[in-house]
Amino acid sequence: MSEKERDEFTGVETTGHDWDGIKELNNPAPRWWLGVMIVTIIWAIGYSFVYPSWPTLSGDGERGGTTGNIGWTQYSELAESQAEILARRAAYLERFENASFTEIQQDPALYAFAQAGGASAFKDNCATCHGTGGTGGPGYPNLLDDDWLWGGTVDDIHETIRFGVRANHDETRFSEMPAFADIYADDEVADIADYVLSFSTDGAFPARGKELYDEQCSLCHADNGTGDRFQGAPNLADAIWFYGGNKTDLVAQIKRPKHGMMPNWNTRLDANTIRQLAIYVHALGGGETE
Amino acid sequence: MLKKHEALEKNSILMLIFVVITISIGGIIEIVPLFRMETTIEPVKGVRPYTPLELAGQNVYIREGCYGCHSQQVRALRDEVERYGHYSLAAESMYDHPFQWGSKRTGPDLARVGGKYSDDWHVAHMIDPRALVPESIMPGYAHLSRRGADIDDIGQDMIALRMVGVPYTDEMIANAHSDALAQAADESDAVDGLMERYSKVNARNFDGQPTTTEMDALIAYLQVLGTMAELQDYKHDGTKRSGE
Repeated sequence: MSEKERDEFTGVETTGHDWDGIKELNNPAPRWWLGVMIVTIIWAIGYSFVYPSWPTLSGDGERGGTTGNIGWTQYSELAESQAEILARRAAYLERFENASFTEIQQDPALYAFAQAGGASAFKDNCATCHGTGGTGGPGYPNLLDDDWLWGGTVDDIHETIRFGVRANHDETRFSEMPAFADIYADDEVADIADYVLSFSTDGAFPARGKELYDEQCSLCHADNGTGDRFQGAPNLADAIWFYGGNKTDLVAQIKRPKHGMMPNWNTRLDANTIRQLAIYVHALGGGETE
Repeated sequence: MLKKHEALEKNSILMLIFVVITISIGGIIEIVPLFRMETTIEPVKGVRPYTPLELAGQNVYIREGCYGCHSQQVRALRDEVERYGHYSLAAESMYDHPFQWGSKRTGPDLARVGGKYSDDWHVAHMIDPRALVPESIMPGYAHLSRRGADIDDIGQDMIALRMVGVPYTDEMIANAHSDALAQAADESDAVDGLMERYSKVNARNFDGQPTTTEMDALIAYLQVLGTMAELQDYKHDGTKRSGE
């Protein structure tokens, strides 16, 4: 069973094993393969000296491990690549940082810089709610039109982006419409909705609707429904609606108002990116000068 | 040397000894470093165990297989840091069992999604992702709004997690159920206790419904991701552990 013999075709010795007449040649592992294996072992040893690899075995306060003798870390590599892009931006950044919004808008190079940076930051961060093109949606304001809740100058937009609306920040823009379901009966709310609709449609309204509106709603939304940007109270006299403009939507909003929330971006984006964004959004179509 | 292995193969005791030696070398190299795992966790303040509701949310996250399409690790690469923010630290997932680093990004990374979108946005997006992001291929998860959060036995989960090193206290475990309810309630007297036991808690009615649903739990979890660590105080110096 176990007799070694020399294979007559290849001249190689067999292992001596015989399985139903099938015999196995006893070839050694190819030299190149063995060579590569030995090289990888040597490589690994060298690598562990050059790069960070082994956890340290002593000292309770130490962290990390062996640092490697060229001092490479992925963090220093990141810092280098960030420094490189910062250097490329530096040509603009220094002037951009110190320029007022008006100066930026008048300087074609800075303006293009703001537009490019703003556009890419918008896609990453803002488009998810305000839409890729800034058209918004139910509950998320359209940024292309002239209707602004908290003001449409670059400074207003800048502040909104920095501190958000009803966000987790001390300086956030904040206002909250009360739930009138607790104050008024259903038919009273319906009358108010009719009166509110009459601002934009010139439709008929019951006298009680106006009376109740003047009593409660006009404090924030103004007598003629034009709203108050200082309080973020929407303009009710135009045909632009935040949570829908038919009577059912209005009744729902008066009874139990929904309140949108925009995060404060000052902790997530750096100051220059927010300034770029303010200029970008201002230029989308509805920007106001003063 | 190559010729001598015949001697090994023909002596089972000798073979056994050499097998043990060979496997031991590999085993020691792979296992010993794990005993020094704590040295790889960065010194950063603020990371706390998940609240019971957040933990229930993580359970939903795992059950629905969110990790299949979303990673939770911002790598230390320029494009990722530009897009998602500060690179993830090991300390930020030290209480995750199992960790949710993921390995594939069909959707975006979620390591820093906390606070990026409003609760309303998350609710609308879970119910119908394409209502907000037309190009999205994420499935809808409307059923989460209809299912009560699985918080009756969430204390048991916390006991299990404590066994693997998550520092839940007896008090946290005893109050697990009421803490979970308090975190998602419109108003609750139990919120003060919750705030005392866990730092920087988002306590509010996440999905706007009166009951505590899986939607509440998942959004509570998503809104805390990447927000715990006080990264503004974190400096990578690579060697010393400071603070704690």
